[in-house]
Amino acid sequence: MDSGFLTTLVLFLPMVGFGVLLFVDSEKNKEALKWVALGFSIVTFFFSLALWAGFDNANPDLQFVQQWNWLSIQIGSTQISSDYYVGVDGLSMLLIVLTTFIMPIGILISFNASVLKERGREKLYYSLLLLLEWAMLGVFMIQDLIVFYVFWEVTLVPMYFLIGIWGSEERVYAAVKFFLYTMSGSILMLIAILFVGNAAGTFILPDIIAQVQANPNLWNETAGMASSSTVTGSLLFGAFFIAFAIKVPIFPFHSWLPDAHVQAPTAGSVILAGVLLKMGTYGLVRFNLQLFPAESVQFAPLIAGLGVVGIIYGAWVSYAQDNVKKLVAYSSVSHLGFVVLGIFALNSQGLQGATLQMVNHGISTGGLFLLVGILYERWHTKEMADYGGVWKLMPLFGGISLVIALSSMGLPGLNGFVGEFTILMGSVGSVYLNFFFTLLGTIGVILAATYILKMYQHVYMGDNKPAPHADENTYKLHWTELAVLIPILFAIFWIGIQPGKFFDTMGSSAKQLVAYVDESYDAYETRQADLEAESAAQVETNDATEDSGD
Amino acid sequence: MGILEYLSANLPAIAPEIGLTILAMVILLVDSYRPDAKSNIGYLAAIVMALLAITPFIPGWSPAMGESSLKWGGMIRHDMLASIFKVMILFAGSITSLMAVKDSAVGQKGEFYLIITISTLGASLLAASADIVMLFVALETVSIPLYILAGFSHSDAGSAESGLKYFLFGSFASAILLYGLSLLFGFTGETQLTAIAASLTSSESILGTNILPALAALTLVIVGFGFKISAAPFHFWTPDVYEGAPTPVTAFISVASKAASFAVLMRFFIGVFPDAVQLDGQSVQAFWTGLITVMAVVSMTLGNVLALRQENMKRMLAYSSIAQAGYALVGVAALQSVDQAVMTSAISSVAFYMFMYTFSNLLVFAGVILFSEAAGTEKISEYAGMQRRSPWLAVTMTIGLLSLAGIPPAAGFFGKFFLFQAAVQANLAGLAIIGVLNSIVALYYYLLVIKIMWVDPGKDEDQAIKIPAPLAWTFGITTIVVLLLGVVPAPIIGWARDGAAAVAQAVTIGLP
Repeated sequence: MDSGFLTTLVLFLPMVGFGVLLFVDSEKNKEALKWVALGFSIVTFFFSLALWAGFDNANPDLQFVQQWNWLSIQIGSTQISSDYYVGVDGLSMLLIVLTTFIMPIGILISFNASVLKERGREKLYYSLLLLLEWAMLGVFMIQDLIVFYVFWEVTLVPMYFLIGIWGSEERVYAAVKFFLYTMSGSILMLIAILFVGNAAGTFILPDIIAQVQANPNLWNETAGMASSSTVTGSLLFGAFFIAFAIKVPIFPFHSWLPDAHVQAPTAGSVILAGVLLKMGTYGLVRFNLQLFPAESVQFAPLIAGLGVVGIIYGAWVSYAQDNVKKLVAYSSVSHLGFVVLGIFALNSQGLQGATLQMVNHGISTGGLFLLVGILYERWHTKEMADYGGVWKLMPLFGGISLVIALSSMGLPGLNGFVGEFTILMGSVGSVYLNFFFTLLGTIGVILAATYILKMYQHVYMGDNKPAPHADENTYKLHWTELAVLIPILFAIFWIGIQPGKFFDTMGSSAKQLVAYVDESYDAYETRQADLEAESAAQVETNDATEDSGD
Repeated sequence: MGILEYLSANLPAIAPEIGLTILAMVILLVDSYRPDAKSNIGYLAAIVMALLAITPFIPGWSPAMGESSLKWGGMIRHDMLASIFKVMILFAGSITSLMAVKDSAVGQKGEFYLIITISTLGASLLAASADIVMLFVALETVSIPLYILAGFSHSDAGSAESGLKYFLFGSFASAILLYGLSLLFGFTGETQLTAIAASLTSSESILGTNILPALAALTLVIVGFGFKISAAPFHFWTPDVYEGAPTPVTAFISVASKAASFAVLMRFFIGVFPDAVQLDGQSVQAFWTGLITVMAVVSMTLGNVLALRQENMKRMLAYSSIAQAGYALVGVAALQSVDQAVMTSAISSVAFYMFMYTFSNLLVFAGVILFSEAAGTEKISEYAGMQRRSPWLAVTMTIGLLSLAGIPPAAGFFGKFFLFQAAVQANLAGLAIIGVLNSIVALYYYLLVIKIMWVDPGKDEDQAIKIPAPLAWTFGITTIVVLLLGVVPAPIIGWARDGAAAVAQAVTIGLP
């Protein structure tokens, strides 16, 4: 059997689940709906583990590749083609496993969600979740610009409905803002994709990268502009960057995030924080670094600077929140600032740390949103002032919460520390960034401690503020709640204590990418210098002919 | 050449039209002799028109690959571009008849189907016309039936007003178009499109090197077409007519007459004013593509901005259709390039866009018909709770609206994708960016409708909406086509490219 079939299988299993759900009678078998959804998401998870088990760590290139021709357009004498092309490399492998890991958690925590009981429409809800999983997996697997864009956009639709139908009071505003904001970014990327496809004659990513490798100044030379100008390349880089920056979100493109998070239902927040935001950081690695290596180097200080601003700004604003869900939402801005800093340190440690931190953030912040969701089910409020003494009321839950909070804070021994530490190592060692980036980033770690501890102190410590209408069952954890928290705890400790397996998976791909960026930047500089010398010589000869003509 | 040989060479070019003529006569007879079988007339019209869509594929009848030949003494072009437009027009006629069966205003009147058939006949001829006489006759054959249909429900004052407005605006625009066409005839003494171009470029042209008369004629023609495709600033009739006319008629006006007009618009301009027509050292082509670019920008922006504040669904769709015309004009503007490959992209992108637009818009209008029949209102705010009243209706309408907005995996995404790609190829990246920004504005009002259907609580949520069989078929066919075009666009865009390549090649090498 073709090994690429496994990738396709993982990608389309959620879609099969979606199809099965459509035929479940929601009136008669309300229970069956959630079990079908959960079953398919768990099976997908196991198949993705099989993918990971079969993954060859030593091979930096795409593995489990499957490619079918899907669309080819004849333009003049050239054939522009776009394929169904899936593959996995070290940079996407972990994110795929993260996606399939978070999905069953999102589905399971919805089993007893009060909002679902209130507003109903379970069939739609679970179908949308599976549709979302399919689209997100597609984003991480597809190696073709057009098909990638299709999956990228499709993720918006289920999330729009999840927030818009099952969110809190301001849900429609948040859903529309989320859709329009991200769409405005990505549609600029569409134009850039068209440009790139026309210039390269193909939309297939590895083929385009091969061309960039041959001539890193490609974008400036094919668009019919003066070849020593760097405008075209920078504009294309910028269009991709803004699309991904909005998704991450990088400061100052973050304003949709708090609204979307606060209004989304618990599963929506968990998936949004856990996976959807990673699509942005993954896009930066996969597209900005690979398609525009030279531009990435040129803009690295600027973008890493935005990342650092995000770290501090996110932490600062987070500290000022009274709404516990908003606090966690802003903490995302801060954490993802680290990821951006790591990516644009443009060295192996930075990139590996960033990739690991993407996974960490998915687990820790996803976990924090689970905690908020579990609290909300009992207290029906998101205001921190209404909570108090939860640890005494729910001792087991308080303990678990402490671990997740500390993981988000970056306590050594837990997962957050490993990622942040590696990123800061990378940023110290980066030849493109100076010391201040690291310094300011480290301040962010301290600030993280302040807002997380503030949250923990207000909600879990202090005087008991019992939940309204509490009876003896209120403070017991339901089995679904335990079932979602235990895997999160397991992941937190595993990455915190034994991160080797994770670094091994991405190591060779990350090293190859970094080497490629460095080489391309050197080649680009040489090429630019040649072109300038050429045009200067051109001017001189022109002058000379004019002189002799006189 | 013997008469039989002549006929066998020329008849396939108008096979669908012959079929439509026979269908019209049959409908007339059935309507007279079986006054109780009105719904069956609708089914008959729908099935026959759908079957006629096969005629361009019959071996021996289909146009040769890469060839754009003249038939019937230079009146008609027989090429793949004509085929693709005829197929979409025939489907538009077919689906309109199907969805009209359950419409209370028109469904039980036999003459409605007769008039739709004749209008389809006109649109089908229009898409293939190669001569200004044919062009004008075909245009009137599309329009006059539609004037009647817009005012078809005599009990409704809005419909009467809509019919009269459409007639006044339409005949005015036709007159302006005719003026432009007669100027061209006066300058050249020719009626065949490419012969006019040849005459304009010849050394004996009475215009000599004077470009102004040609520009005057061209401007008049653009005004005439601008009305037909409801592009700004000739769009004033659109909202009133769309709102007042019976919904199936609105659906037909918005797709069939528009698609045919786009086909002939491109045929006319690349036929009469290709790059080769240089007067006084200036290219006429640069002038008309410039005008089209401006119209595209104005239509997109105006249509989308005005659609934002509409409260009536049909009015909203009217403004959206103005904006959609603007998008398609982006593709027409890309014809400014003299490169054959770019022209191929431009023409094929417009053809693909109109193809997907036909099905997406019919899908949405079918939803409007069903909802109006059930709820008795066209107000957008009354769509609240639709998802609970009929989940399938909400799902299909959402797919249609997302397609109009250009969100994958619905067809609209590739429609816009190919248009903007053509614009980028033609060095019109600025126009593509304006188009893209406009689609964000458009997304807002489509999303608003979707939100109202799915999220807002409605007052009659317990009353389920039943989907009658003909509308179920309409939804099924259009939804499947919209999704298929969005997932596997290759066959249709490939077909459109083959057709467009033949036309572009004919232009760049000079026509027979």
